[in-house]
Amino acid sequence: MSWITGVGLTAFGRLEGRTTLDLMAEAASAALSDAGLERREVDGVLCGYSTTLPHLMLATVFCEHFGLEPSYAHGMQVGGATGFAMAMLAHTLVEAGIARHVLIVAGENRLTGQGRQSAVETLAQVGHPQYEVPLGPTIPAYYGLVASRYMHEHGIAEAELAELAVLMRRHAAMHPGAQFKEPITVADVLASRPIAAPLKLLDCCPVSDGGAAFVVSRERTEGAGIRVRGCGQAHTHQHVSAAASLTEFGARTAMERARATAKVALKDVRYAAIYDSFTVTLAILLEELGLCGRGEAGELARAGHFSYDGALPVNTHGGLLSYGHCGVGGAIAHLVETAVQMTGRAGARQVKDASLALLHGDGGIMSSHVSLFLERVR
Amino acid sequence: MSAVSGRRLADWTQGTEAIVYQRCSGCGRVWYFRRGFCPRCGAERVEDHLASGRGVVHAATMVHRAPVAALAAAIPYLVILVDAEEGFRLMAHGERELAIGDAVEAGFTHLAGRLIPYFRRRG
Repeated sequence: MSWITGVGLTAFGRLEGRTTLDLMAEAASAALSDAGLERREVDGVLCGYSTTLPHLMLATVFCEHFGLEPSYAHGMQVGGATGFAMAMLAHTLVEAGIARHVLIVAGENRLTGQGRQSAVETLAQVGHPQYEVPLGPTIPAYYGLVASRYMHEHGIAEAELAELAVLMRRHAAMHPGAQFKEPITVADVLASRPIAAPLKLLDCCPVSDGGAAFVVSRERTEGAGIRVRGCGQAHTHQHVSAAASLTEFGARTAMERARATAKVALKDVRYAAIYDSFTVTLAILLEELGLCGRGEAGELARAGHFSYDGALPVNTHGGLLSYGHCGVGGAIAHLVETAVQMTGRAGARQVKDASLALLHGDGGIMSSHVSLFLERVR
Repeated sequence: MSAVSGRRLADWTQGTEAIVYQRCSGCGRVWYFRRGFCPRCGAERVEDHLASGRGVVHAATMVHRAPVAALAAAIPYLVILVDAEEGFRLMAHGERELAIGDAVEAGFTHLAGRLIPYFRRRG
């Protein structure tokens, strides 16, 4: 058994002058303070990668900088799935008795540390170096390919995907740390600059500076405890050219594996934290995970189903699409928000009931999937 | 279509106007990204085959933002995934009007000085 005992999140956006280590340290400080832990009590450290601080031993660099001497530490790389993969590993380490308090931390000045064009160039290299990169695709282009096929098979219109961008923006407006809070409409999304059809600028998450952290512990906190009920993964391919299908991915498999260990029913999920690098990512994941039917995500978003005051609130901090995306910290922000909701600290955006949450992240081009079930225990 | 066991065929990634795929002599699996063994059964008897260039558009995206400055002059361009008739899928460029489900045929063009496959609708 393991518990989320503390969370920390910086504001996301343009944070001039802040380095990867600055952002990691700020988030880690907040998480330790939230958990009521001193540095010496942390015996495990997992950290994500940073494209602005590529290092062979980032966890060790961070530990030295922050003042930690853990008995277990290393970095991890699973793309966008890294944050939840670290949560799963921390859970496993704690259950195995390897560590008592694992600090998971990520931060990156992805926006101001290299400039947006350089970020686009770095990210595009995830394509196959011989068979894809010479064709000039971008990350949005890989997802544009997925979107074209998924929308074709399920009869989804661009305006339906746009509803998810509008929803994330509406949620972000209620969080002081979000990068984009200005309300947008479906018409704004449809009229935004084309990036990789059918994806337009407002279908795509921004590039951000930011940091996020959390602590996984063997014992629960007082008051509302957050228990890790179960975790699961699925890895089906890396490159979009090699994906067996552009309409069925590993999300369902990962979730079913997590559900089998959690012994919970999908219908009992009350809050969802779902990776939303693009509007189409969020639509596909909501649908494939079984949180709604195929082709229904946009329509349900419009009807308020996924709003903070709806039947199944999703990403109430605004998600990657509007809170922002600083790399590994982006998905950790989803987990932080889930914990904030479960402990009743979300203020104006507090949901009615966050007793059982499903979290899902994907890395690559719908390549690597991690699902987590978190449960609030009073 | 020619099968050449044990010999490496040059393809567009090496500047030759050809699309090459591989087949496992053991289990018959067909794939695109070159390697020296079968990714399904592990057998090391792998054959290179020259593809016909015929296929069907599986997915398509018009790219309006280039990944690198060197490609900025080329945008917008259509990036497609094509289901080749031999049973593998490849990424390529295609003429602007192409849509999912179109039957296509491969030719070649240059992008930023490199040879790439370019598909047109099959008449």
